[in-house]
Order: sequence, then structure tokens, then C-alpha cells
Amino acid sequence: MSLTLLNVIFAVVVAIAFAALNAAYLVWAERRGAGRIQRRPGPNINGPFGLFQPPLDGLKLMAKQLTIPGGADKILFVAAPVLSMFPAIMSFVTIPFSEMIVAHNMNVGLLMIFAFASSGSMALLFAGWSSRNKYAMMSAVRSVSQAVAYEIPMLITAITIVLMTGTMDLMEIVRQQGPSILHWNIFPLLTNSHNLLMPFSFLIFFTCTLAETNRAPFDLGEAESELVAGFHIEYGSMGFGLFFMAEYANIVIGSCLTTILFLGGWHPPLPFLGFIPGVVWFLLKIYILIATFIWIRWTFPRTTIYGLLNLSWKILIPISLFNLLLTAGLLKVF
Amino acid sequence: MSKPIELRPDETFVVNVGPQHPATHGVLRVKMRMDGEYIVEAETVIGYIHRMHEKMGELKTYPQFLMNLSRMDYLGAMGYCHGHVLCVEKAAGIEVPERAEYIRVIMVELNRIASHLFWFGAFVMDLGGFSPLMYALQDREYILDMMESVTGSRLTYCYFRFGGLYNDIDDEFIAAARRFIPRMRKSMAKYEKLVTGNVIFRKRLEGNAFLSKEVCRKYGASSAVARGSGINFDVRKNEPYSVYPEFNFDIPVFHECDSLARYNVRMAEIEQSLRIVEQALDKLPDGPIMPAKAPKIIKPNAGDYYQAVETARGSFGVRLVSDGGKTPYRLKLRSPTYSNMHLFDETCTGMMIMDALAFMGSLDLVIPEIDR
Repeated sequence: MSLTLLNVIFAVVVAIAFAALNAAYLVWAERRGAGRIQRRPGPNINGPFGLFQPPLDGLKLMAKQLTIPGGADKILFVAAPVLSMFPAIMSFVTIPFSEMIVAHNMNVGLLMIFAFASSGSMALLFAGWSSRNKYAMMSAVRSVSQAVAYEIPMLITAITIVLMTGTMDLMEIVRQQGPSILHWNIFPLLTNSHNLLMPFSFLIFFTCTLAETNRAPFDLGEAESELVAGFHIEYGSMGFGLFFMAEYANIVIGSCLTTILFLGGWHPPLPFLGFIPGVVWFLLKIYILIATFIWIRWTFPRTTIYGLLNLSWKILIPISLFNLLLTAGLLKVF
Repeated sequence: MSKPIELRPDETFVVNVGPQHPATHGVLRVKMRMDGEYIVEAETVIGYIHRMHEKMGELKTYPQFLMNLSRMDYLGAMGYCHGHVLCVEKAAGIEVPERAEYIRVIMVELNRIASHLFWFGAFVMDLGGFSPLMYALQDREYILDMMESVTGSRLTYCYFRFGGLYNDIDDEFIAAARRFIPRMRKSMAKYEKLVTGNVIFRKRLEGNAFLSKEVCRKYGASSAVARGSGINFDVRKNEPYSVYPEFNFDIPVFHECDSLARYNVRMAEIEQSLRIVEQALDKLPDGPIMPAKAPKIIKPNAGDYYQAVETARGSFGVRLVSDGGKTPYRLKLRSPTYSNMHLFDETCTGMMIMDALAFMGSLDLVIPEIDR
């Protein structure tokens, strides 16, 4: 009993460290990537390649005073950033980085991640409501309608995977995506369903991940040009820092989940590459996805709120539902 | 804890967009009465950067006032100086050498391209795309470097003199301008692919903010705002001035009346300006850049003079009432953005805030130019 508890505490500490490190250095990567795209250097003064920039930014944020606007709901205002960071870190506990590296595998891992992911949008609502700012409030309302709209196609797509693999255990889902790229759920030619529409499912899932993590072109929650900064407009200091880190932690979670569900987790793309450790493949896959996130953000303009909702309700949900039915049918046939 | 809020079905709230807001690009303030995300009523409030340029015009002598014009519109300063200089020259009867007029046109058109490039970047940034701004600024930098080598300044030029110019252009400038033209054409093709063809960009702008011809006429709109609504009006063609009649160029007109049409007009105008610069460089005559006997003290004959020019932001007019003295009796500056901006109140009623701010971006507002 106590050993399990110790194990979990250790896992949580490692998860926090991994999430925080990733969040900090993804900010650096994003700024360097943006610089590369926009023909400017990006942060390059502090340390080699500007690598000391994130810890220095963190120190600066921690040294700042946390101001609470007059008339704000104090408890919610302070709780919101913590609530946004908490589910992001907790989701890391169940993510298998390789056959060996997993903090605590459980047979409902997928469900747990979705449960935590949906509580993340609650933090945005708290932040927007408690700030007592009209821009923040509008942004919170947008974020919630966006989260509701995009969780549905995301869940339907995840259910398709659950149907194909017959389990919610993330490790088991990865194990079933056999030795080569043709066994991955994105091209499931050699698996039991032979569903040719799975690449579309992958695109839907990826789009939903973009929307769920409030990333461009779906960053309506913090649309700088209209709502100034959105839900975190009144936050300074580490309150803002936590929101910022939670955003990047969520990106990592989204990429991990996409990798696990569609891209074969820790499996190499071809069997003879198996001598490279699984964790390398896993990290490679998630960082390629994250690079795509950054690339998309600096290339596309923002959509409108109705364009966003129309995309979800009129296109993504019908297609994902159709794919769910098709998969169920194919599973019955083969 | 704050008091509980009573909910009423018809409840609206007021959002102050500005004076400091990223979308207003300056100190414009828009009071928006909102019903959720929808604008019930909007009111633009100006005057936050009023500097009394017109009054200064009455107090300063003509040469002293020259530098004020470029402080009106800091993005397209040359066009404004051009209008003022032409008006005073008309009033004082000063002859301008042909070479000076050609160089003026080259400068004004290059400045128009620079201004449109900045607008293009800022507009896409209003829509949430950051990178095009950097590309546009890089192209604009070439123009600024060229201008700096001749005029000595990068933004607020004081290059035109009554009767001619401060400095002649050299071979280096001409070579740089010739290099710039194909470079800019290549960039335009890139913008076409990156921005104009982008599906999100098109979806946001198509049908956004319909401006009928009548509304444009009612408010006296000019520039791409009018030409995007199918009004074929450009001072360079309709009331020709300077040496514009000698060049072969088109006035792009689009009839869709939406924000995309306004965007298309400006992008097409860059190409037309390039054509004018190309022809002006080919035809550039030799000769002096100042008349042989330019008057030392400018004293226009008593009378009422008006000169309109087409600047990057539309039809800019200078009305000069002179009583024969060293300073004007009255100087009225008709700023195009002032008219273009007032469309906003009427048009944005019932729009969502994102669309309204995209519409505002398409108007190309420069706030110091509204307030003067």
C-alpha cells in the first residue's frame, strides 16, 4: 500500500517536472520557431541560443506582485490558474512514454485524460468570470462554447479507436498498433477494421486538439486583436505564468494523446528500426506534432467564433459520427 | 464578494474599445454597446491626439509649416506634403521644374507602396495572422532605405520645397528603385499565395461589412473604401495634377462592397504604383530641381485656393485662404480618413465584434491623420 502511494507521489513529481520543463522550453521553441518563420532571430541573448530565457522569464514572473482587481471574486480569481495547471499535470500520470516508462497505467486511462481535459475549460470560465472584466467574460463564454463544441467530435473519434482496439487502456491501445506503420490506427490496413477513413479521423482529432488547447487558428479565447488578452487579461505575475504553462502542457498532452491513439505510440514506423528505444520514437512523434502546432499558429489567421462553431457542428461531428458507424460496421464484417 | 447581478433579457453592456486597444492602431476610442458578442450601437470618439495642425498653419509662415504635414499621416507622409506644396505653389504662382515633379511622383508612389504594405501587415495581424506583417515590413524597409538616402529621414519626410525639392536623386537611388520593382512583384505573388488565397482569410472577409455606394457617397469616403464599393473615383485620374496625366496606369475598382474588395483594391494599387514608378524612372528628364529664381519669402496673392491629391488613404484636400501675408488667413486640411472612419458607426451595427474590428482594419485608419 505505502509502496503504491510512494510510487504515485514519485510519478506526480516527475510529471510536474516534465510538464513544467516542457512548458518552459516550448515557449522558447515557439519563440525561436516564430523567429525563423518571420525572418528574425527570436530570443538569442541569454545563454547559448537563448536557452536561459525560459528560467529567467519564470524568475521575473515569480518576482512580480499578484494583483487582484477591485471587485473581483478573490477565491475564484486565485484558484483559476491553479485549476488550469492541475488537470494538465494529472493527465501526464497515465501517459505511457514507452513499454517501461509510465507513471501509473490504468485501464480507463483514456477516460481519465478526457475527464481532466474537460475540467480545464472550467478554469477558463472561473478566470473570465472572477476577473470582473468584460473582455475576460466574453472570452470565457467563447472558450466554453468552443470547448463544448470540440469535445464532441474529439470524443466520438476516440470512441472509434476504442471500438477498434476494444480497450480504454492507453498501453493496450499502443500495443495493438503492431510493428509497422501499416498497423497504426492512422492507416489501419493490417488491423482488424481495414477502415480507409481513419486518416480523416486523425485530421479531425488533430483539429479538435488545436481547438481544445486554444491554439491558433482557434485561439478565440485570447484573441489579441479583439479581446486584448482574453481570460487572462487581469492576470499578472505567476497567475499569468501558470495559464501560459498550462497552455503548453495541454499541447503536450494533446500531442501525446494523438500519438498514442493514431501514430502508434512508442512503436517505430518500420520493424527493423526497433533497436532504437521506444521512448525516442514517442518523443520524436510528439515533438513533430508540436512543431506542426507552432507552424500552424504562425501561418494562419484566426477564424471567427461562428466559423469555428459551424466547422464543429456542421462538418466535424457528422463526419466523425459517420466514421464511427462505418468502423462499427467494418468490425462486424471482418 | 460582489453583489449578485440581476439579469434582464434586454440587457446590454458598454465596451470601450480604445483609446488603448490593439485593434484601433492608435488612440481611437469606440464606445460599443454590446448584446453579447453583437454590437447594438457604436460611437467613435476622436480627439485623443489632436495637435492643432490647422491652427499652427495659420500661425507659422509657409516654409515653417512644411514639416507639419508629414506629422499628420506618418505612414504616407509624402502625399500630404505634395498636396500642401502644390496648393501653395498654385497660390504663389511658382513654376516647378519638370524633373522635380517627376521625382515628386516617384516619391509619392513609393511612399504609397510603403503605406499599403504596412496596412497589409497590420490588417492581417488584426485578423490574427502575425507573420505577413514581418514580410511586409521587410519589403517596406527597402523603400525606407531608399528614401532615407535621398531625403534624410525614414518616416516624417520634409523633402518637398515650394518650387521643387530639397535634394536631387542620384544614380544609386535609381538603381535601387529599379531593383526594387521586380522584387516587390515577386513579393506580391507570395502574398497572393500566403494571404489572399488563405481559406480562413477569405471566409472572414467575403461579405463582411457591406458598404453600398450610397453610404460611401453620404460620408464622402474615398480611397479603397469607395473603390471597393464600385465608385471609380481617384483624384489622380478625375482631377489630374502634377505629371500624372503622362503616365499610363489603371484605377482598380471592385464591386463586391465587402472587406475583401477593399483589400483587393489596395493590393492592386501597389501594382499600379509600381507601374507609375517604372514609367517615371524611364521618362525622368534632366534639369534643375529648383526653379532658377525661387522666391525667398512666400507671399501668395490674396484669394481662396484648393488642391486635392490622392494619398495612400484617399482624397486629401488643402484649402488655403490667403490675405497676401506671410502666413495664411485660414488653412483647412481635408483628411480622407476622417470621412472614411465615420462610416464605421453606421455600418457596424448588428455585427459581431470580431467582424467589426476586421472591418475597421479594412478602412486603413491612421489616427493622427483623423485628429490632425
